[in-house]
Amino acid sequence: MTEMVLASGDKFVAPGVKDFFLPPIFGEVTKPMVLLVLSILIIGAFFIAASRNLKLIPGKFQFAAESVYDFGRNNITREQIGAKDFKPFVPLILTIFCFVLVNNLFGLIPIIQFPTMSHIGFPLAVSLLVVYPVYHFVGFKRHGFVGYLKHQTVPPGAPWFVLPLLIPIEFFQKFILNPLTLAIRVFAAMFAGHLLLLVFTLAGEFLLLNGGLTVIVAPVSFAFALALTFLEALIMCLQAYIFALLSASYIGMALAEEH
Amino acid sequence: MYRTLILAAEEPHNPVVPQLAEVILGLVAFLLLFFVIKKFVSPRFEALYAERTAKIEGGIEKAEQAQAEAQRTLEQYKEQLAEARAEAARIRDDARAEGLQIIEELREQAQAESARIVAQGQHQLDAQRAQIVAELRADLGRTAVELASKVVGESLEDEARRRGTVDRFLNELDAVAAPASK
Repeated sequence: MTEMVLASGDKFVAPGVKDFFLPPIFGEVTKPMVLLVLSILIIGAFFIAASRNLKLIPGKFQFAAESVYDFGRNNITREQIGAKDFKPFVPLILTIFCFVLVNNLFGLIPIIQFPTMSHIGFPLAVSLLVVYPVYHFVGFKRHGFVGYLKHQTVPPGAPWFVLPLLIPIEFFQKFILNPLTLAIRVFAAMFAGHLLLLVFTLAGEFLLLNGGLTVIVAPVSFAFALALTFLEALIMCLQAYIFALLSASYIGMALAEEH
Repeated sequence: MYRTLILAAEEPHNPVVPQLAEVILGLVAFLLLFFVIKKFVSPRFEALYAERTAKIEGGIEKAEQAQAEAQRTLEQYKEQLAEARAEAARIRDDARAEGLQIIEELREQAQAESARIVAQGQHQLDAQRAQIVAELRADLGRTAVELASKVVGESLEDEARRRGTVDRFLNELDAVAAPASK
């Protein structure tokens, strides 16, 4: 009650967590849910359209699609998993990259302006329910149950007396921490970035409408918002890249003969 | 207005705690996209890459073939050229040899001809000389005898003696003239 009064009054209320959980659009459906579905439609449509009529000598559109595909295939998957085993994982890593990228970029697109990945449920679904089972599954399949546990928790060349310390740490990291940090990384970056943009944009608006002399500094706030938008664009791409890169890296490590 | 007021006043959701609905939706959406990409997109791109690789390799192979072909043709031409050169040289040599031979033959012919002419001339000369000598001998004998008979004032009646004197004189004359003509 008090908050509402303040928000409509002449005192600035900083944006906060509440701005990330807007009321549902209809029923139980919220904005991020709609955006998520939109994202897979966009990515799916893009690739289907691009790959429908592939030519040896690509046109502009095909070249763009190939660039994205090549990036996921060669720069991330092959680099991390190795030329021997990478083929089966290309679709997975490519999907992760595009999925995270488009959902991040939603934060910058006018009207939409909400990075879906700032809701931890979405990245967590990918990291904990997709990447985590996949890399442990291929690891167990490659090295056997005991072999894989040993492979993942005992670093080769470690002296025996540090093993009691190393094994729990490695186990904790590989089997509990990795999927969580993977999700939290992108979630936190998107959350913080969106919050920053909100702060500067809303502050600029407040200064412009409610202030007397403060109107003068309003452009500064907007300029910051603009600059941060560019920074955000970089971070959004970077986070998508990191998410895909680490996923591929976990798979690569699980498959590797040695560390 | 009242409803939004209530919502705004509500304790906001803790952002670190995932919402189950979002996790489920996220998973389903992701898997759906993954399925589409794995089933439709990736195979097409991989097929394209394979085809492109094959095409490029095929192109390289073709180019290599063409190059080898060109090389072979070049060798062939060079060989033919060398052959032609050798033949030309041979023909030139032959011609030169033939020319030499012709010259040699002509020279021989000319020499033979000249020798023949010289011999003929010699022969004629000899014949004329013999004739002249014979005539002179007869003439000279008679003249000498007449002269002698006039000088001596006596006729050398004796034929045998006369002949002997003249012959002896002429032989002496021959003996003197022969070394000079030789």
